[in-house]
Amino acid sequence: MESLVQHLSARWSLGPWGQELLAAAAILLVAALVFVVALTYAGIITWVERRVAGRTQSRVGPNRVGPFGFLQWLADGAKMILKEDVIPAQADGPMFRLAPYACMLGVFTAFVSVPFGQLLIAADLNVGILFLLAITSLVVVGVLMAGWASNNKWSLLGGVRSAAQIVSYELPAGLAVLVVVLGAGSLSMQDIVRAQGGAPWNWFVFRDPFCLVAFFLYFTAAVAEGNRTPFDLPEAESELVAGYNTEYSGIRFGGFFLGEFANIYLLSAIATSLFLGGWQVPGVSPAEQAGSVWLQLLGFAIFFAKAWALVFVVVWLRWTLPRLRVDQLMGLCYRYLIPLAFACLLGTSLLLLAVVPGSALDLGLRLGTTGLGALGGALFAWRVAHHIRRAGDRVSLDVLQRGARGAFDPAWQTRRYGAFRKAARGQEER
Amino acid sequence: MGALASYLRAIGRTVLSVGDGLAVTFSYLLRAPVTLQYPDRMRVPVIELLPERSRGMLEVDLDLCTGCAACDRACPIDCIALEVVKHAERGRLIQRFDIDLGKCMFCGLCTEACPTGAIRHSHEFEGGTGDVRALVVPFVDAPRQPAKAKQEPPPAPKPLGSILRARMPGPWDRPRPPARPEGGEHAG
Repeated sequence: MESLVQHLSARWSLGPWGQELLAAAAILLVAALVFVVALTYAGIITWVERRVAGRTQSRVGPNRVGPFGFLQWLADGAKMILKEDVIPAQADGPMFRLAPYACMLGVFTAFVSVPFGQLLIAADLNVGILFLLAITSLVVVGVLMAGWASNNKWSLLGGVRSAAQIVSYELPAGLAVLVVVLGAGSLSMQDIVRAQGGAPWNWFVFRDPFCLVAFFLYFTAAVAEGNRTPFDLPEAESELVAGYNTEYSGIRFGGFFLGEFANIYLLSAIATSLFLGGWQVPGVSPAEQAGSVWLQLLGFAIFFAKAWALVFVVVWLRWTLPRLRVDQLMGLCYRYLIPLAFACLLGTSLLLLAVVPGSALDLGLRLGTTGLGALGGALFAWRVAHHIRRAGDRVSLDVLQRGARGAFDPAWQTRRYGAFRKAARGQEER
Repeated sequence: MGALASYLRAIGRTVLSVGDGLAVTFSYLLRAPVTLQYPDRMRVPVIELLPERSRGMLEVDLDLCTGCAACDRACPIDCIALEVVKHAERGRLIQRFDIDLGKCMFCGLCTEACPTGAIRHSHEFEGGTGDVRALVVPFVDAPRQPAKAKQEPPPAPKPLGSILRARMPGPWDRPRPPARPEGGEHAG
């Protein structure tokens, strides 16, 4: 971006003031672009979430607004903007109003140093990953502010829980990131991506078994930091009504909501850049990629696909696992994640000393870990196949299907409920 | 050693059970949803899918009604208003046969009392209306002679629901969005 500003100012022969103005305009433009992209992603994730939730529960999910209900998030956004913004009489007004912004700020600012592509990064900071870890902590401030300012017991409990949770889970997340930083030798996001390769065995996740564990540790900790189920204690609806955002309505609630959903993309994007090779195209070196627009676009598409796959995993996780108890949450963090993260850090450090990069041992370790990952994937596929077989004729591979395929088909109904009736009759007889 | 073993076992169990849980939910992503998108995206209208003996809104076939008022007496909530008058020349005349479907509780006692099967449950159930008075359905327009108990030949049976549909403004009269085949997925 700097080179572009210099180029343009030289071409238009601008003075120093003109240069400054041009730079400011460019920064504003990029900031607006990042903001819009983050908002759009957050909105689309709400749609993905609802569709996946629907299918997980044998429902359809939103399917009326636009193709497959894809524009539902726009309708929801319009609804939120139009709703009344209620501020409770006993609330701490200014703080109450400010809290959603702090929450959004923490997430949206972080998008600045996410490498969407080799050249698609708003600011490649030399402390990139440190910046990301630090700026996302701002969310805690927002949540605590909301909890305190609402003057409501549920909000306060939610805020305090959130503070305890996020602060705790930053430790394993930071340690897991440190494993990657050790391997890359840099804190800059682009350097970390460049230190990897396009092929899976060149990704950091499959560099050695410790990195594989570190990936899962980071992912778990990041999901917990994002207040997502199964770690959504700050807004546990069955205990705390809605936690820290109980008193919020309209677009202020929307602020928290968007921040949370943008955070899902953020954590997926960070995990992609750190562990899954980011924008690296298989078989193409970063230097080659820099020379071609098409390879650039391909790199962006690859990053996009990986990040959205992880977004899907986060959503899928939410509709699978029940919420943890507070003591279980803390136990998981301090008794399991942190010791494991330290073990990974130690293991990777020792391997870095023992294994020469590029040697046969290094390649063997990489391929072995990739094989381990593939084995896990195969095991998982086998379990899925097992559960699909149990579903019998209810299987439909049309993922975007609208629903009601077999409903009111008498034969299907008999198959579905006949067994149930028979079981009920058997119980009566007993 | 026991403590470490149980610690590691806990980790293994967690990983396996979370993995299997994810496999279960993933398999659900590949199952057909059971949602019925009533009313506008049904493959077959619901009314054609109801069981034969389901009790929908009442209707009266006056070609069969003898005016005996057994249904009126049987009705526990008096939703049937039946008036039979004596005319000097034409004899007994059914002057009024109104059923207040807003009150009807679909108990079916009137259909059991009816000796000729004139009053019966149709399968119609979509009676939503903006005005509760629209639910009082008159089955007699002008005073008419009741049917004989034993008619020769017996009148042809009318299709279920046809009498009610002709008498009552209902959703069947409103314009409907064209029914969509359920397989194709397009903008709603």
